[in-house]
Amino acid sequence: MMMDTKAAGAQAGSRNATAAYDAASAKSVLQVKGLEVTYYTDLGRAKALDDVSFTLGAGEKLGMVGESGSGKSTMALAMMRMIKPPGRIEGGSVIVDGTDLMALDDDTMRRARLDKIAYIPQGAMNSLNPVTRIGAQMVDAIKSHMPREGRSAIMDRCMHALRSVDLDSGVFRMYAHELSGGMKQRVCIAIGILLEPKVIIADEPTSALDVVTQRQVMETIDRVQDQINAAVILIGHDMGLMAQFVDKVAVMYAGRLVEVASVREMFTDPKHPYSQALISSLPNLDNKGVFQGIPGLAPSLLRLPSGCAFHPRCPHAEELQRTVRPESVTLAGGRTVTCHLYAEEGQRHV
Amino acid sequence: MSNLLELKNVSKVYQRGIISPHANIALRDISLTLKEDEPTIMTVAGESGSGKTTLAMLLLGFITATTGEILYRGKNIAGLTGKDRLAYRREVQAVFQDPFAVFNPFYTVDHLLTVPIKRFKLARNKTDARNRMEEALTAVGLRPEDILGRFPHQLSGGQRQRINVARALLLKPRLLIADEPVSMVDASLRANILETLRNLQRDHGVSIIYITHDLTTAYHIAKSIIVLYRGGVMEAGDVDAVIKSPQHPYTQLLVDSIPWPNLNQRWGEHPIIAREADSVSTGCPFRARCPKAMEICKTRPPLFQINPSQAAACYLHDKQPEIVAERLSELLPA
Repeated sequence: MMMDTKAAGAQAGSRNATAAYDAASAKSVLQVKGLEVTYYTDLGRAKALDDVSFTLGAGEKLGMVGESGSGKSTMALAMMRMIKPPGRIEGGSVIVDGTDLMALDDDTMRRARLDKIAYIPQGAMNSLNPVTRIGAQMVDAIKSHMPREGRSAIMDRCMHALRSVDLDSGVFRMYAHELSGGMKQRVCIAIGILLEPKVIIADEPTSALDVVTQRQVMETIDRVQDQINAAVILIGHDMGLMAQFVDKVAVMYAGRLVEVASVREMFTDPKHPYSQALISSLPNLDNKGVFQGIPGLAPSLLRLPSGCAFHPRCPHAEELQRTVRPESVTLAGGRTVTCHLYAEEGQRHV
Repeated sequence: MSNLLELKNVSKVYQRGIISPHANIALRDISLTLKEDEPTIMTVAGESGSGKTTLAMLLLGFITATTGEILYRGKNIAGLTGKDRLAYRREVQAVFQDPFAVFNPFYTVDHLLTVPIKRFKLARNKTDARNRMEEALTAVGLRPEDILGRFPHQLSGGQRQRINVARALLLKPRLLIADEPVSMVDASLRANILETLRNLQRDHGVSIIYITHDLTTAYHIAKSIIVLYRGGVMEAGDVDAVIKSPQHPYTQLLVDSIPWPNLNQRWGEHPIIAREADSVSTGCPFRARCPKAMEICKTRPPLFQINPSQAAACYLHDKQPEIVAERLSELLPA
């Protein structure tokens, strides 16, 4: 088993950014186009997602970063069609494997969840039912999607899922309180991959775990993703984790994707001023004792600044930035950025 | 040179059950010293269940040690009374993990700052109190006019955490216990809070015990580090030495698992051995997970001094001189 882990790690290490792009354009399993979500609160309308578009190929890993309140989790929920009132999905499409999830009726959508698109929520380990065994919860998930599946086939599926996340088959008979935090998180991943979905969304899967367990969980996700060749969206704000794990990074600010680039481009040559600030605020071994935060505060979605939402914190802000909302442009190499500074350099994005 | 804080062979055992007692050793024989005139930042690192928070609770006097004693300015904190106790309460302050939970949502944030002023009679009148509050907020990089009079829900996590630091600063403490102060704050705001803490140490002469599981921030802020595992000291020393060349297999695993935001510095090849449910109670606590475990590890290893500012409790280094736990602090740079 240990050898497997190593092999998977090595494989993940030797990835190629340009190859990932070619794969994406050739065959994308996930296309999100113009997704918009608004929360109608007592204090006014808050546009939590504003024209979010991106594509993802099979086997690709996308990291979604941004400050709290920038709309990362809203995006995940919107893709699952799990936005609850006062929030509403105002428009856009989420196409998984040729099917537009937004066009499905409620019952088909219910069956698409877990089957086509799985969601591992934030603090998933606390979402396990404390009074039923892990096995029962897994069987439940399969039965509701495959009512005619035989008993032994269901068992096979569960055991296979547990094995792929490196858990002992004995876990099937256990309760949540008998497991450690990392094990619970891996059970949640096992449930997520039961039906081999095309897209897995993991919302801060390791935020409550220490570094060693975090690495173990991330390596698990890496391995199972490899087995079923799913696309993974990893939501979080730890750029270190992103550097270790993903192929592409999407930066979200105030409900908009301000930049999408390969992980190498993002770390070596970030384009958007916010990404630049984010990258230069990172600690590493060479700049001990240098603390560089991002000045200013994240804007409230209820009172977004005019023009570009980042302009009050942007070192390049001028009249144009204050008044005109920037459009997303595609730069050389297929990366996109939403900033006036690059309006001429890139092609207008349609 | 007198000692600000001295821990002498402190252990904490949590016991439960009367008929068949089950003891859980949260901290085992910890000794360390902080000097009065050399403010420092010391990191206590370890995973969940390593005893970090137990140590914080002991230092703050919330719980008492099972054996050993904790001396603050030469006096045992368990026996402090009257003036001494009040001084200790004022001079040893804490910043906790969750910036959301420490505020009472019914009061404006001023409440958090006015209570200690009243409690310790820091101000002569209202203007004086207001000035002190503004001064403390400015010192942590906040604009008082943005903060005072607001309710907690109107402020961001980073602002709230800095108000907590400001509150501690208001009392002019000698020692600040920061228990995971940045783990619940956005990455982009972490830098601000860490900088605030470092400035406290540098400009205001406050010693800080920084408790964390995040070795990245520990490396950036601290001078010395103590790595705990299951209540015991695994490795200790200068933070540069420990993080750049860890000597104990556990520290190696920890350092190897740091997700550095650097594409050329990948997660390492050290295999992770899953933790056994019922771990060993004698010998080296890390034995069950250690890739280099030997027969001798069944007896508890003492600390071996690897170089003038680094020591590890591991038999892999038994060629080096042993160092008694009480003298560990001498290795740690101020």
